[in-house]
Amino acid sequence: MNQTSHTQPNAGSMNKPANLIDTSNVRASNRFAKKSITRWLVPGLYILFLMLPIYWLINMSFKTNQEILSSFTLFPAEPTLHNYTVIFTDPSWYTGYINSLIYVGLNTVISICAALPAAYAFSRYRFLGDKHMFFWLLSNRMAPAAVFVLPFFQLYSAFGLIDTHIAVALAHCLFNVPLAVWILEGFMSGVPKEIDETAYIDGYSFPKFFVKIFMPLIASGIGVAAFFCFMFSWVELLIARTLTTTDAKPISAIMTRTVGASGVDWGVLAAAGVLTIIPGALVIYFVRNYIAKGFALGRV
Amino acid sequence: MDKPYNNKAWFLVIPVFLLVALSAIIPIMTVINYSFQDTFGNNQFFWAGTEWFQDVLHSDRFWNALGRNLVFSMIILSIEIPLGIAIALTMPKKGIWVPVCLVLMALPLLIPWNVVGTIWQIFGRADIGLLGHTIEQLGFEYNYASNVFDAWVTIILMDVWHWTSLVVLLCYAGLVSIPEAYYQAAKIDGASRWSVFRYIQLPKIRGVLIIAFLLRFMDSFMIYTEPFVLTGGGPGNSTTFMSIDLVKQAIGQFDLGPAAAMSLVYQLIVLTICYVFFTVMSNVGVDKPDARVED
Repeated sequence: MNQTSHTQPNAGSMNKPANLIDTSNVRASNRFAKKSITRWLVPGLYILFLMLPIYWLINMSFKTNQEILSSFTLFPAEPTLHNYTVIFTDPSWYTGYINSLIYVGLNTVISICAALPAAYAFSRYRFLGDKHMFFWLLSNRMAPAAVFVLPFFQLYSAFGLIDTHIAVALAHCLFNVPLAVWILEGFMSGVPKEIDETAYIDGYSFPKFFVKIFMPLIASGIGVAAFFCFMFSWVELLIARTLTTTDAKPISAIMTRTVGASGVDWGVLAAAGVLTIIPGALVIYFVRNYIAKGFALGRV
Repeated sequence: MDKPYNNKAWFLVIPVFLLVALSAIIPIMTVINYSFQDTFGNNQFFWAGTEWFQDVLHSDRFWNALGRNLVFSMIILSIEIPLGIAIALTMPKKGIWVPVCLVLMALPLLIPWNVVGTIWQIFGRADIGLLGHTIEQLGFEYNYASNVFDAWVTIILMDVWHWTSLVVLLCYAGLVSIPEAYYQAAKIDGASRWSVFRYIQLPKIRGVLIIAFLLRFMDSFMIYTEPFVLTGGGPGNSTTFMSIDLVKQAIGQFDLGPAAAMSLVYQLIVLTICYVFFTVMSNVGVDKPDARVED
């Protein structure tokens, strides 16, 4: 509850004006900044554009349905936590968040564990068919999810895995494992090969070297790859919705329930939307220092 | 390339190979299987040859969806790539507000795609939305649910809102990696702002721009959830993109054969375009000197 009420002032205050104030030290450190104000103008306006819809969502989540439909107000006239109470007291709502977090977590762990050795192989060795293998892996990242929906359903039905977390986690590996391999390969190629050779001379076995020496060196790369796996598994709906019915249903699929006989329950819908933004915001905060390099997939 | 040739490296790749093969090869085999067969229910299948492929390639429905998808991809690429570069160029490289900015910019990327649709639904509706209400107040007719033009504008605006940050972050990462000495050298040479961009910054961000271009093309070409939530493919069929059409056919109407054939054609198109883009763009400018001002 605390987190949700924190986000509201944030969205309003962290827009352009806040950025415009603090520009003096930026100017000193950047010799090419001719006018500090204009430096921040474009990014500031852009962030304002990004924040407006989110602000509107948060605003609406604190309104009653009556206020939403009857009057047009920029701020909730009578702020209410009713919409959030609905979600946190109804198990069919909040289990959706738990389900989503479970399969996203599983997927992230599986993807990283499988991708680490493969990325090492791609970054250090040439082998039979390595280039073809790499493009084939990446081509799965390009495959439209819509193509896979029906076959996935049949495949996991055959194994009796429909409506389990592991089914969604495995299905999301289709696009997350190639991505993790790609990102980790970029970071690993930045580590000089002499380190491997020195370690072998010092008598390290491959597994020991990999865990004790190599993994700490690319820790930021692992963090970034995990962040991306989390991100793409968290935002995906089509496959997750198809493979689940009740027990493992993700929150994003449950949100469609707000469309009831009496029309759409906008307040609860908005509150549920706000709550889906929070995990992403938390994860982003943890990788904030690697964000730029991470988005370049370690390739700058 | 100074990498040693060692086929034992395959052992390290096997887990990934098995994992992806499970999720990629088996389903694709199912799709291929369906695309050549016909069924009248009861799990009885009959060989249909290339009938479905001919159907798909001769149907207006397929070509219209493909056309709409291509137009959409072109529009959002021509907006997002230049806008992303421009914002990345104006971002200061240091300062305490930079991490804050980056986090705020990355926020839309981490919102589940159907919530993105919901956000824009709430934002764009004329009765309850800030955007819709404001436009109505200004005296324009605006309804993304019934007007084709409004629906397209809203979907494009939504995609720009959702994904431009990816381009910004990629370009920004490329820009901050340029050593300050390059700029000093350019200043001594009296380089204009344009030549600094053309000969220092652009070559340096070429790699990340390729990634941005490919990712944006692929993702816009398979877009499903956001327009599905926002417009449901309407009004009429005006925003029915390839993925929406495919899911309608496969799950809505359960036309397995045509849907499978369409899947394969769809996937082949995506793969071909990506392969061509990737090859062309990684070769463009390779033989040019990377930063002339450096000398």
